[in-house]
Amino acid sequence: MARKLLLENINVPGINTFDVYRQQGGYRAVEKALKSMSPDDVVEEVKKSGLRGRGGAGFPTGMKWSFLAKPEGKARYLVCNADESEPGTFKDRYLMTYLPHLLIEGMIVSSFALGAKVSYIYVRGEMMPQIRILEKAIAEAKNAGFLGKNILGSGYDLELYVQPGGGAYICGEETALIESLEGKRGNPRIKPPFPAISGVWGCPTVVNNVESIAAVVPIINDGGEEYAKIGNGRSTGTKLISASGNINKPGVYEIELGLPVEEFIYSDDYCGGIANSKRLKAVVAGGSSVPILPANLILKTITGEPRLMSYESLSDGGFQSGSMLGSGGFIAFDEDQCIVRNTWNYARFYHHESCGQCSPCREGTGWMEKVLHRLEYGHGKMSDIDLLVDVAKKIEGNTICPLGDAAAWPVASAIRHFRDEFEWHVTHPKEALERNYGLANYAEFTNAI
Amino acid sequence: MLKVTEEQPIEFSSKLITEFNEIVTRYPEEKQKAALLPILHLVQAEYGWVSVPAMDKVAEHLDIKPIEVYEVASFYSMYFLKPQGKYVLEVCRTGPCCLVGAEKIMDYMEKQLGVKEGEVTSDGLFSWRGVECLAACGMAPVLQIGPEYTFHEHLTEEKVDQLIQELKK
Ligand SMILES: Cc1cc2nc3c(=O)[nH]c(=O)nc-3n(C[C@H](O)[C@H](O)[C@H](O)COP(=O)(O)O)c2cc1C
Ligand code: SF4
Repeated sequence: MARKLLLENINVPGINTFDVYRQQGGYRAVEKALKSMSPDDVVEEVKKSGLRGRGGAGFPTGMKWSFLAKPEGKARYLVCNADESEPGTFKDRYLMTYLPHLLIEGMIVSSFALGAKVSYIYVRGEMMPQIRILEKAIAEAKNAGFLGKNILGSGYDLELYVQPGGGAYICGEETALIESLEGKRGNPRIKPPFPAISGVWGCPTVVNNVESIAAVVPIINDGGEEYAKIGNGRSTGTKLISASGNINKPGVYEIELGLPVEEFIYSDDYCGGIANSKRLKAVVAGGSSVPILPANLILKTITGEPRLMSYESLSDGGFQSGSMLGSGGFIAFDEDQCIVRNTWNYARFYHHESCGQCSPCREGTGWMEKVLHRLEYGHGKMSDIDLLVDVAKKIEGNTICPLGDAAAWPVASAIRHFRDEFEWHVTHPKEALERNYGLANYAEFTNAI
Repeated sequence: MLKVTEEQPIEFSSKLITEFNEIVTRYPEEKQKAALLPILHLVQAEYGWVSVPAMDKVAEHLDIKPIEVYEVASFYSMYFLKPQGKYVLEVCRTGPCCLVGAEKIMDYMEKQLGVKEGEVTSDGLFSWRGVECLAACGMAPVLQIGPEYTFHEHLTEEKVDQLIQELKK
């Protein structure tokens, strides 16, 4: 079995309590950092590790930290992004539920590295149980002297608070999250200035995903170089993958980056194959925002190389024949799923979640939802298909934040790879209401069950 | 946009006010507006929804304009701007849940409760609605019930029946 850095102790009874977590070697990274390292040393280790942001964009964490402005007399903030709302992604919920102290330990080390005296964990409001878990864990850590004034006699002070959201996918976007934390609507800000210069209350701010912060713990314990030895090329370390859809074993898996996709889908160590002995039709590999790929292209790249679970391999072939690792939300579709219906569902999601600031996103997502709805319900025209491509193109790159792109890509990629299924909805409107298109012949199956 | 559906002025309990005040201490001086979202959750937990008089009172408490509260309450999907059933069953309606039967669960819920999405049952106990991805796709289909947002996973028609029976007790 692959090495686990984050979930190693997840099955230890009581690991969600401070005492058990500590007995298992927890909070060693805080001791090491605060007693024997400078903040810059910590940043250096994270740089060496090659860790890339686990929230979706994959930006190198150490580099992001080194951009943080440090003006005299101004507070600096670390905000943990636990808004987790990208369809297909549920790893952060899992981590906070079962290993709250891993996140808190990571927050302490990371806040120390950045010189933050107050840090926030912004949790989506629906995760009230996780908010309770984190609040309890913070109280335990504080009680044990790992939070509050003069932590472990180091002279470093840190207060850590949990902030609930109000239910809005857009608040996962870092500048919308900052607005929301300030008590406002979640309207993304125009960048620049970037949060590293002007974030929460105009102060320099780093926003990092839950999993990125948790990964700092093994990086400090074992050293950045050790972490960088795991994985594949520039995809270093391990990654939590949320696996859902029509597979035998949905759940959260920690993988070493570079694992072959085929192994991930069919091995009993991971997804355990497609449920009900059906065949794989398509996969959305990195959360709903990334392009959907038909089975043949998710298993092998266009040049016939085995596709790997890594930033580089999943994006091999660009958007013509590749996708993205994104947040690691891996959604598998069996042969009975309708691509048009699924695309409509996502379009509705993005329309619902658009903050409405930019016309291309606000209007475009509404158009796409409407047109996809009529295609799915048997009132579509052939020209609707190109209309969708056109609308998607007009949104992409023309908005304040990447939600516009995130709404456009699923539609554009579904039509790119499954156009025949869209056309069939137009030519066979009645039939399309009664049955699904099935596998047809667009995918050649190297791994048919 | 917002309709005033309740005119009675509201007085928050001293317990609630103590909780509000504790939340405000989490932020720097003069940044008390940051307490708005958590406070609105507390108000909704207490009253079941957030009325205009309640929002006005929150504005007063945080020393911000009422419009600053309205614009926030109407932006976020979790705040109810009109009365709901005592239990609001919120079923995830997004892609991954639909791959494993969420739409059937919603149809079934509508049939069993006898009310359409967003409506309240005549005994005032239930309303239901579809909500967007709850970050639980591996446990799909799922639903949640506020104010503590308890979770019900791997839903089946039997589980929905059971849940409704239990809540009726
Ligand atoms: C529409 C939208 C939603 C996002 N949602 C999340 C989210 O739920 N969680 C998250 O960590 N990042 C999310 N992101 C990415 C954040 O903007 C940001 O890149 C990330 O939190 C940075 O942390 P990382 O570098 O550790 O990944 C989202 C971005 C966009 C555009
Ligand atoms: S792209 Fe959409 S979500 Fe992002 S700022 Fe513009 S309107 Fe808002």
